[in-house]
Formats: sequence, C-alpha cells, structure tokens
Amino acid sequence: MNKLSIQADFDRRDFDWYLDKLMQVIVFLGGLSAIVFILGIFIFITKEGIAFIFDTMDPVEFFTSEYWYPADEDDPEYGILALIAGTASVTGLAMVVAIPFALGAAIYIGEFATGKTREFLKILVELLAAIPSVVWGFIGLSIMNPLIIKLFDVSVGLNVLNAGIILGLMAAPIMVSIAEDALKAVPDRYREAAEAMGATRWQVIYKTVLPAAKNGLLGAVLLGIGRAFGETMAVLMATGHSINLPTSIFDSVRALTATIAAELGETAVGSDHYNALFTIGIFLFAITFIINLSADLIVRGVRKG
Amino acid sequence: MVGNNSEPLATSAASGSASAVKLSVRNLAIDYAGKPALEGVNLSIHENEIFGIIGPANAGKTSFLKALNRMDMFDNHMHVLGDVQFNGRSVNKLRNVYALRKRIGVVFPLPVGLPMTVYDNVALAPRLSGIRKRAQLDEIVQRCLTRAALWDEVKDRLQSLGSLLSGGQQQRLTIARALSQEPEVLMLDEFSIAVDPVTTMRIEDVLKELKSEMTIILVTNLVQQANRLADRTAFFLDGRCVEIGTTQALFSGQVKEQKTQDYIEGRFG
Repeated sequence: MNKLSIQADFDRRDFDWYLDKLMQVIVFLGGLSAIVFILGIFIFITKEGIAFIFDTMDPVEFFTSEYWYPADEDDPEYGILALIAGTASVTGLAMVVAIPFALGAAIYIGEFATGKTREFLKILVELLAAIPSVVWGFIGLSIMNPLIIKLFDVSVGLNVLNAGIILGLMAAPIMVSIAEDALKAVPDRYREAAEAMGATRWQVIYKTVLPAAKNGLLGAVLLGIGRAFGETMAVLMATGHSINLPTSIFDSVRALTATIAAELGETAVGSDHYNALFTIGIFLFAITFIINLSADLIVRGVRKG
Repeated sequence: MVGNNSEPLATSAASGSASAVKLSVRNLAIDYAGKPALEGVNLSIHENEIFGIIGPANAGKTSFLKALNRMDMFDNHMHVLGDVQFNGRSVNKLRNVYALRKRIGVVFPLPVGLPMTVYDNVALAPRLSGIRKRAQLDEIVQRCLTRAALWDEVKDRLQSLGSLLSGGQQQRLTIARALSQEPEVLMLDEFSIAVDPVTTMRIEDVLKELKSEMTIILVTNLVQQANRLADRTAFFLDGRCVEIGTTQALFSGQVKEQKTQDYIEGRFG
C-alpha cells in the first residue's frame, strides 16, 4: 500500500461511519422525545389552566377553602383544601402501611433469601406491581368495603382506611424493587467486615447495611409516595369520593386526582370549572415533579457517596 | 516426604516456644461447591506468636482464615471438613459463633472503611457488645487508634467519614477496628496489598508490639514480610500446606521440599 492510499483511508466515509451517524441521530431523537413530551404536557395543562389562575382564581380561597362547588350556577366555589386533605390523608396512611411491608420485604429478599426463593419472590413482587389500578379499586369496593363495615361497625366502608390500605399495597411493590436495589448496591465487604467483628445477622443489617443504603431507601419511599399521590382510579373507587375534611380514618374523602377524573368529562371545554380542574392538574404536576426530582437527587447521592 | 502434611513435632520444639496452643487445625479440607480449595491441613498456632502463611494465589490461604472464624457460614458454596479448635473447643460445635468471631479480629486485603465516621468505625464493635458510656467509648477509640498508629493523623477529624481516609489510613482504621474487639487472635490477610511501603513498615512495627498481647496470623504474599515478622511460617501451595517450620529455618534453606526453597527465593509464584 503506498502512502497516498493510506492517507485516503482517513477521510473515507464507509458504511460503518454512516451507520454510526444514523444511530446517533436515532438515539438522540429518542432522548429528545422524552423532553418534548413532558414539555408538551406541561404547556398543554398550563394553557388550559392559566386562564382560571389569572381571571377567576382567588389563590387564598383556592388553597384554604374547603368548599368545592364548581357546578353551582349562581356562586361556584373553588376551594381544594378538602381535596388536598383527602389526598394527603390517604397517601399518608398508604405510607404507614407500605413502608414497613416494603422495607421488610426488601430486606428479606436482599439479605436473607437465596437462590430460587429470592428469584421467585422478585418475580412475584414484579407481578404485584403490574396489577391494574382498577383491579385494586375493585378490591377496595367489593372486598375491603364490607370487611371494614363488619370489622369496625361503621356505616360506610369506603374511606381513608380503605383507600390507604389499597394504595399502600399498590405502592409497596415499586418500593420493594427500588429498596432492594439500594441494598444490593451496598458492597459485600461491608457485610463481611461487620460479620468478622462478631456482629449478628441483624446487627450487620441494622448497623452497617441500612445506614449505607439509607439514601436509596429514602428514594424508594419518595417514589412510593409519588405513586400513591398520583394514583387515580383506585382512590376514586375506594375513598367514597365525598368532599370532607377528614377527622378520622373512617371518614370518606375525595382526592385531587379523582376529582379531575370524575368531573372533567362533564364540564364544558373552556368553562371556569374546566379550567379549574386543569389548575388542579398543574398543582399535581408540580408536586409529583418535586417528589420525583428529590427522589432522583437522593438516589443519585447514593451512587456518588 | 511428598504428601506428608502433618506437622513435624520437631518444629514446635525447635521454635523454642513453650506457650499454649491457641488454634489447632486437624485434617482441614475446604471445597467450594465440590471444587477443592484446601486439603489435609494439620497445624497448631501458639499463643503470642506471629504465624506467617505464604504462598502464591489460589493456594487456599484466605479459605484457611475463613475456616478459623467460621466465615464460611454465609457462603453457601463453601464447605469445611475436619476440625478446628480454638482454646480447645471445636469451632464447628459452638452454638454462638458470634462470640467466637468477637475474639478473632480480621483485617482484609482491601481496607474497609465502613460508611460511618472514623469514631463510629472503631466504636462499632464495643457498641455491639453493649458498651454505651461515652467516656468509655472515647477511651477505647483513642487507645485503638493510637495502637494502630493512626491517632495523630485523625484525632482532629474523628467525625469525618471513615471511607474518605486514604488507603493506608483506612487499612490502619481497619486494624484499629479489629483491635477494638480486644481479640485473642488477629488475622491479617495480605494487609499490605493496598498500602504504601512506609505505612506497611509502620503497621509491621505495630504488629511486633501487639504480639505480646495476642496471637497474630499473617497471611502475606510478600515473602520478605513473613521473614521480617513471623516466628513460624507455613507455605501453602495448590491447596496444600507444603511446609511448616520456624521462619529462621525456612529462610536458611532447611526445607523438605524444593518448591518451598524455589518460592522463597522468588523462582516462581
């Protein structure tokens, strides 16, 4: 090969070169699409809700009034405090149910179970995560409802307790998966070092593994909160869907998400009511964004430390 | 003499040490899921001696250490046969292996600064055994860090993360942590792999001092380190204990097998 042909090689665009460029563009578009979609959704709900925010909404009333009567023709009221309280109470109870279950399951799968048991459990948890929310809502309506009435002697079984348990069971699987990943990310040499010191199995977990995995576990809990917070169908079916500032776990409540789902189809496009629902959407979007972002930042902290 | 792995009686006599047997190993065999890692090991380790174990990789040195403090328990593939006695008790028959492990400190090849503060790293073992008083913990932490030749370097940052110390400092932290258990036996597995030569020499000085208080088992891939420190040395090769004798004898050519001589002189391994 003479010198010239060797040099010519450096500028040749062969098939591999074109394929490489093509793949770069395709992958870039894929990445871009995520941003485009999320921005698109944000712009859409902002566009629909913004008119209400500037024209009709009294921000103080919106967040502090417990009266949500958007359909009243003479004097519609737009207060979402009761809805926030509904979502918060159900989500809170869901976490009380889910956190012990999820952490327990994650610790068992990650630290104790071995071989086939472990694989089997992991598949089972993934299956649990795949159950559609309407099925959970159905369980809330037809199983939990009569059970609560019978057990606690209350008149209505569709309440915070019902929805909290249902939501907790729904949020637990994703929390188990993330928490188990966090435990798996703890290097084995930490466990060995603690074991070599004569730590019992529980001491190894409690003193070494959990502290080392705490960011990942916190991230798992936050993602679980996000999951419970944004859930719609199951809460619509299990909460009783009545506007209420709950004073006990046996009160029926209504959630922000369920309100949008139930009312949007019945409003005139462009009406105050329609726009108010989109304002709730903006609010939900902002909260879930914050929850997910902080979960992401916390989990990322794990990888760095 | 090939294949005769039993410890010659003359060896212990030659060592001139009349001290009691701390660990006694009889017919020890270890396999991982049926694949043998160590076979037919017979030896005794005496109180207040530094017992060196040399040999190339995959000779079974680390597996040997694991068998002594029952670290095989959490490894489902590892099987230990034979008898290991600690202070005359078979370690396989102990109900509470945690108590055994508390008496045997381990230093691993790579330093393990647990993801907690320097102070908590050293206070972990005392806390595990129920010591809660701050003053007592302070005293233990200072004493152990001092003995591990680390106190001067970390006394101003006891509350910073142990995993942020340099490699050599972390290894001394690991030693301080092992000492905080007040072990009767200290096992070091190639401790100088990730440590600079100066720190290595400092740790070696520490070990010489510790010898008066405990039994030290030193697994090393540095033949000269065994020569500097060990009272007696065993040579492991391909899952067998090929040779065992006083370090002096081994390094002055009084060996039964040519391979030992070759390894010590750096002809293979």
